[in-house]
Amino acid sequence: MLNLFLIQALNGVQLGILLFLVAAGLTLIFGVMDVINLAHGALYMIGAYLAATLTAATGSFGLGLLLALPATLAFGLALELLVIRHLYGRDHLDQVLATFGLILILNEGVRIVWGAAPMSVPVPDALSGSLHLVGTLHYPLYRVAIIAAGLATALGLHLLVNHTRLGMRLRAGASNGPMVAALGIDIRRLFLVVFGLGAMLAGFAGAMVAPILSVDPGMGDSVLILTFVVIVIGGVGSVRGAFVAGLLVGLADQLGRTFGPILLRSVMDASAASQTGRTLAPMLIYILMAAILFFRPSGLFPARGSR
Amino acid sequence: MSTLVARMAAAPPRRRAILPGAALAGLALAALAALPVAADAAGLPFLVVIATRMMIFGLAALSLDLVLGYGAMVSFGHAAFIGLGAYAVGILDAHGIRDLAVQAPVAALVCALFALVTGAISLRTRGVYFIMITLAFGQMAYFFMVSLAAYGGDDGLPLAGRSTLFGMRLIEGDPALFYAVLAVLAVALLGLRRVVASRFGRVLRGSRDNAVRMQAIGVSPLPYRLTAYVIAGAIAGLAGVLLANQAEFVSPAYMSWQRSGELIVMVVLGGMGTLIGPVMGAAALIALEEVLAHYSDHWRLGLGLMLVAVVLLSRGGLAGLAAKLGRRA
Repeated sequence: MLNLFLIQALNGVQLGILLFLVAAGLTLIFGVMDVINLAHGALYMIGAYLAATLTAATGSFGLGLLLALPATLAFGLALELLVIRHLYGRDHLDQVLATFGLILILNEGVRIVWGAAPMSVPVPDALSGSLHLVGTLHYPLYRVAIIAAGLATALGLHLLVNHTRLGMRLRAGASNGPMVAALGIDIRRLFLVVFGLGAMLAGFAGAMVAPILSVDPGMGDSVLILTFVVIVIGGVGSVRGAFVAGLLVGLADQLGRTFGPILLRSVMDASAASQTGRTLAPMLIYILMAAILFFRPSGLFPARGSR
Repeated sequence: MSTLVARMAAAPPRRRAILPGAALAGLALAALAALPVAADAAGLPFLVVIATRMMIFGLAALSLDLVLGYGAMVSFGHAAFIGLGAYAVGILDAHGIRDLAVQAPVAALVCALFALVTGAISLRTRGVYFIMITLAFGQMAYFFMVSLAAYGGDDGLPLAGRSTLFGMRLIEGDPALFYAVLAVLAVALLGLRRVVASRFGRVLRGSRDNAVRMQAIGVSPLPYRLTAYVIAGAIAGLAGVLLANQAEFVSPAYMSWQRSGELIVMVVLGGMGTLIGPVMGAAALIALEEVLAHYSDHWRLGLGLMLVAVVLLSRGGLAGLAAKLGRRA
């Protein structure tokens, strides 16, 4: 029982870390640029596809991952220059429509280029074993590597946002964009950097899950919605909020799926409990979101100054 | 201020607008009523099926416009109400209750309750938050139905047959269903016209244009917005009842978030803040789907390119384009 709990908790942390990587970029895009970008999940998908293709081409996952990062960055920058740039200051509804159109284009484009069948990427040999934790508990080494890489990225982002000049501008932009522009910062370049960084983080997350999930054309959509939940809980524009909320959502989802039915069994009979548990578990994170919003309408760590 | 003046200046004089509008509506109604006969004579019975589908989504888009166009709330979870309405039919059908006199009120009630609860939470927020939260609630309903294994889960749930009305099998044939949907749509259009023109509708539009001023004159927008959200949810639920009957099948795919996006596209392309606009938008989008899907499996690519182009090329967004076209007409 304890082993199961630990494994599920680790799975939750791993999911949470991935959600954080996607959400960190998106929350900055929302917060700094005030643009709602529905196509962010598609960038995660593009990252996974590029990593899969480059891994197959080079024969090494490490090299594929390393090459996928600048490729996703370039893709994100191109997207900003071609489409997103024209959406600043527009109505949210326009942004929703244009980025919804982008999703249709990118999902369909991926289907045309790579086909509708899922692609699989082998787990790299060096990380294919499992790690012995405590007692009889083993955990796949690759998942440990994901958690470690995610935590390292989180630390890097923390340093970037809180201890560099660029980070200072990001925080200032999230708290009051027009004032930053009025003070003579080139806000367009700042936006480009934010979008490129966000695209690369999402692509990084997509590339890292490629060996453990199937890479298919719809994979960005489900992540996008979870990412929205994370951002709403964490507070728009807050990287710290995205980290806390990502872990919260990841843990709630994974633990809820396993332990919801077990807990329900103490109040109802076994078959009804497993049925109810299975139905309620996917809703748990949305209920969590609703509960948090009820008490804190702008999330746990709102970045924007009160207006 | 300047937009307000522009809007007042752009508004057509009332008395002149009513008569041609009513005449046009009557003409359109007559033309639609003749469609099943004409389609049958021309040997194209599938046109009736497509037209029925257009009107069902027209009804759903119309209800969304009450929220989106009149209330300026960008709801990205509206397809959930269609799905809940459809599942009300499907689940009652599975228990042998097949009469619309029970199914329709249950569907409307379930959707109204879901709208009341999720709306009360979502409307505490504005802007980007509201979009994301309505999307999340829509997905919550979607995943609930996907994991509801007792009623088909992911695979969906076939109906035993079309619903009856007071025990009579009125909508067995496709033309009969067409007329039923036409009647519901016409009643919804007339009803919403009264709602929009009422004091309630004026407060809703006033809160859209200037919420601060509405509060200053002593009206809190929240109860009005929530009421509009609930009404819209209930009407979309009825659209779901009709959709379930047309397909004789209920599936979680009805409430996927892409559907919600398509509903927004219908409203915006047809014309926000008008009643007939969303219905036209729904008809146009479904016609486009039918045509594009005929040529290529990748028709969504074309739709996406069109959406991006429309938003990027029209200065001031789609609303600006609509205003420009409106001024020209």
